[in-house]
Amino acid sequence: MSGEAGALPLAAPAVPRPRAWLVGVVIFCALALAPLAVPFVGGNYLLLIGSRFMILAIAALSLDLLIGYGGLVSFGHAAFIGIGAYATGILAVHGFTEFYIAIPVAMLAGALFALVTGAVAIRTRGVYFIMITLAFAQMAFYVMGSLSAYGGDDGLTLPSRSLVFGSAALKSETVFFYAVLATLIIVTLALRRLVASRFGRVLQGLRQNRQRMEAMGYSAQGFQLTAYVIAGAIGALAGFLLANSTEFVSPAFMTWQRSGDLIIMVIIGGGGTLYGALVGALAFLSLEEGLSHVTDHWKLIFGPLLVLFVIAAPGGIARWLGWRAHE
Amino acid sequence: MSGLFIVQLLNGLQLGVLLFLIAAGLTLVFGVMNFINLAHGVQYMLGAYLAVMFYGYTGHFLVAVLLALVATLLFGLLLETVIFRRLYARDHLDQLLATFGIILFLNEAVKTVWGAAPLSLPIPELLSGSVPLAPGLNYPVYRFAIIGSGFVVGAALYAVVNHTRIGMLIRAGAHNAPMVSALGVDIGRLFMLVFAFGAMLAGFAGIMVAPVFSVEPGMGDSVLILAFVVIVIGGIGSIRGAFFGALLVGVIDTLGRSFMVDLLRIGVSTGQARAVAPALSSMLIYVIMAVILAMRPEGLFPVKGRQG
Amino acid sequence: MKRVQISRSGIVSALLAATAAMTIAANAASAETLKIGLMGVLSGPQAVLGQQVNNGFMLGVKHAGGKLGGLETEVIVQDDELKPDVAIGKVKQLLERDKVQFVVGPTFSNLLLAIHKPVTEANTFLISPNAGTSNYAGKQCNPFFFVTSYQNDQVHEVLGKYAQDKGYKRVFLMTPNYQAGKDSMAGFKRHFKGEVVDEVLTPLGQLDFSAELARVASLKPDALFTFMPGGMGINLVKQYRQAGLADTIPFLSAFTVDESTLPAQQDAALGLFGGMTWAPNLDNPANKTFVADYMKEYGTVPGSYAMQGYDAAQLIDSAVKATGGKLDNKDALREALKKADFKSPRGAFKFNNNGFPIQDFYLVKAAKRPDGKYQTEIVQKIFSDYGDVYAKDCPAK
Repeated sequence: MSGEAGALPLAAPAVPRPRAWLVGVVIFCALALAPLAVPFVGGNYLLLIGSRFMILAIAALSLDLLIGYGGLVSFGHAAFIGIGAYATGILAVHGFTEFYIAIPVAMLAGALFALVTGAVAIRTRGVYFIMITLAFAQMAFYVMGSLSAYGGDDGLTLPSRSLVFGSAALKSETVFFYAVLATLIIVTLALRRLVASRFGRVLQGLRQNRQRMEAMGYSAQGFQLTAYVIAGAIGALAGFLLANSTEFVSPAFMTWQRSGDLIIMVIIGGGGTLYGALVGALAFLSLEEGLSHVTDHWKLIFGPLLVLFVIAAPGGIARWLGWRAHE
Repeated sequence: MSGLFIVQLLNGLQLGVLLFLIAAGLTLVFGVMNFINLAHGVQYMLGAYLAVMFYGYTGHFLVAVLLALVATLLFGLLLETVIFRRLYARDHLDQLLATFGIILFLNEAVKTVWGAAPLSLPIPELLSGSVPLAPGLNYPVYRFAIIGSGFVVGAALYAVVNHTRIGMLIRAGAHNAPMVSALGVDIGRLFMLVFAFGAMLAGFAGIMVAPVFSVEPGMGDSVLILAFVVIVIGGIGSIRGAFFGALLVGVIDTLGRSFMVDLLRIGVSTGQARAVAPALSSMLIYVIMAVILAMRPEGLFPVKGRQG
Repeated sequence: MKRVQISRSGIVSALLAATAAMTIAANAASAETLKIGLMGVLSGPQAVLGQQVNNGFMLGVKHAGGKLGGLETEVIVQDDELKPDVAIGKVKQLLERDKVQFVVGPTFSNLLLAIHKPVTEANTFLISPNAGTSNYAGKQCNPFFFVTSYQNDQVHEVLGKYAQDKGYKRVFLMTPNYQAGKDSMAGFKRHFKGEVVDEVLTPLGQLDFSAELARVASLKPDALFTFMPGGMGINLVKQYRQAGLADTIPFLSAFTVDESTLPAQQDAALGLFGGMTWAPNLDNPANKTFVADYMKEYGTVPGSYAMQGYDAAQLIDSAVKATGGKLDNKDALREALKKADFKSPRGAFKFNNNGFPIQDFYLVKAAKRPDGKYQTEIVQKIFSDYGDVYAKDCPAK
């Protein structure tokens, strides 16, 4: 695969750029106001569904760092969600329920897994990279499924949500929703800064022209591995949140189908803009949720919709809206 | 023990042959057109369903097989003309998304038309029964038929790819498609041919397994993943790579499942071996793939000069 | 140019808003209605089982004239997609938006672990029409949890007991590699005291069993015990027959040969054994009505899943009737549920202290019906009035 030439509209000429960040602000504001509407339209379950959307959006954002900026199409990103979730669950079972223990441990576990597997994976390119990341994710999947002490395939019920300095504040669906939203905003802003930094520019440079960047003395593997580790840690953070949201952990969080869904979210949004991944994740999940209420056979609608979408809007929503791939 | 080993080897070959039939089309479409076709697995599913359907109409195994082969070929052509040819020039991510949409649609469509309950196809009278290999060890005739037909197809493919003009174009295409086009070959026709033929091979695999496996919606998904493992191990675009990759995956997976416990018992207690073996044998092919790619990032038989 | 793009942003926002609006579907119901959330797997290959449960349940509602316990009944069907996080979102939706009084579900054990906590913590009754895991039968038994199927181990125990009684000395065990598979082996061994010649755990979703069957053939056990639900069972049975083992080594199975898989296994399954609390040919009036009406309604032979779904509806009907339709009095409702005052197609049925049934278990065998369809048939009774072994750990009385 001409992986790097899996050319997203990278070097798009200077189109007047409708401010992508404005869409981000609109989405964040809408999300922040959403809980106010909840009492009128249903119940707290909407907050739970909303939290799940945002959690998967966090994972999609971190995947966009790899796909959109690094040109590294990882087909194993759900593994990080699973690792973060299991770290949280296993800690909770042993009585470590404070978030300030669970979050660093989960993120470190994700980063460590990313470091070890990434060191091997980034030696490959294109489809080979896709498949080797899948391979590592499958290994993690089978390992978690065989942890009999922690429920095996049946999964593990958490005694409760993580504590915040001894308080069970996260038990409230509203508080939890805002905690997830805050995390989402922080992750978005942090990733924005990261991709605008020298590190981010080198990463994109490597994707566009590896030889040139290497000739300039940048180590491709070093930069790509760093990106992979960062994305893994953020993926694990999403896993921490997912485990808390459902108060349950299971290998079903880390199937290859879920990794595939995450890739699809990024592609729908359009890689390499971050806000695209955000919109893509929310669009994918709300379509899935919405259509499944309309008919059991919603995939008959959703499938062709994706095909038409690709034909009508190559490069995802971001490009269709005329966003530049990056700032 | 040695009798058992031979049986397992045959089983491994049979799985390998099936994977090869699917992987062959996948690797060619990928190699020649630089097109990632996730919808290749649903061709396999469709082959199986069509065989069951035509068997229901005709009651004759061979006729059903032939009709299903033609139907999968036509369906491949239809998909190519209506959708895929619009996507050749697109980047891989667009192709992933569109073909993923096709999977969703076809899996659901099959379920809507034929129901969620698994179906099956009886084994033809001629190929039922089993052959004694050793005292108490029988091997079903039908499985020999699967292995045999796989090798025949493999040999035919090898001959076509290496000894005909079309084959030369395909090889050239896998090497450098724009160049072939620049030489005045109707690349559109070549693409269509390769695509439809690859779809038919996957359909053939589905037809062959319909009597052995259950025919159910989504049956192509996990097979697709295995086929990708095969072509990546073999080297993308290489029929030879797909062949050896498929046999390697088939044999290792089968032997791993059967002898992992015995192997582990050498080092640890039986109880521990039984606890660890299942997870280990499930991930064995992924471990092998990771090791191969770590050492040879472009697979065992990389097509020389291919970009990425 | 810019205007066009802004309007495109508008379109995207509008679409997002529209889909969000779809998510928040209409919310209208009167206070007098009985609301039941019916949750199971309805998509993917496992959908057959979820569909059977739903069909059975809806038949139960129909038999009650559309009014369970005399109340206007609304059944809200949800597909858990076999994804725990999806299931939890949907179950909260049932609890908080729809304010259901009962959740009936799920189909699979691993989903039960996911939804048990949210439902019971909301003081809502959870009626499981199929999954019955050991943890909720013992120490973690719950006053809001009832099971109309069985404790999972019991079905495996049937085969173990049969193998023991039959005097089999050497048995080969094979199950998928997941928790239910391991529990299954443990269940079989509870009553079987002979030699286990080998235990094989196959990857979940495995299609080709030729490797394992070759091993079975070489070890020549007195019997094979297996638990291979769904598509795996279909493959295994076909391949077992093709390998020529079906006539030489007895095939003792749980959830492998039943009405959900027989339409695909067909003749290959004839004569193979299973264990169950019921079979379509069990001779009692309630069962005759159930099977005949089910076949008239859906055109297929009902399996135990359908029967258990049917009983879940009957159970709710009986309890609501007994309390005079007072859905708010949970304690009265619970007492009424415990009585299990209805005629189950399986005959005698009562609840143990842990909310799991005490009932009879049979050895069943696959057979062809006169109309050309396939069904399981009773061979012999293995256990009478049999409760599970975990109930003694349940603190409830």
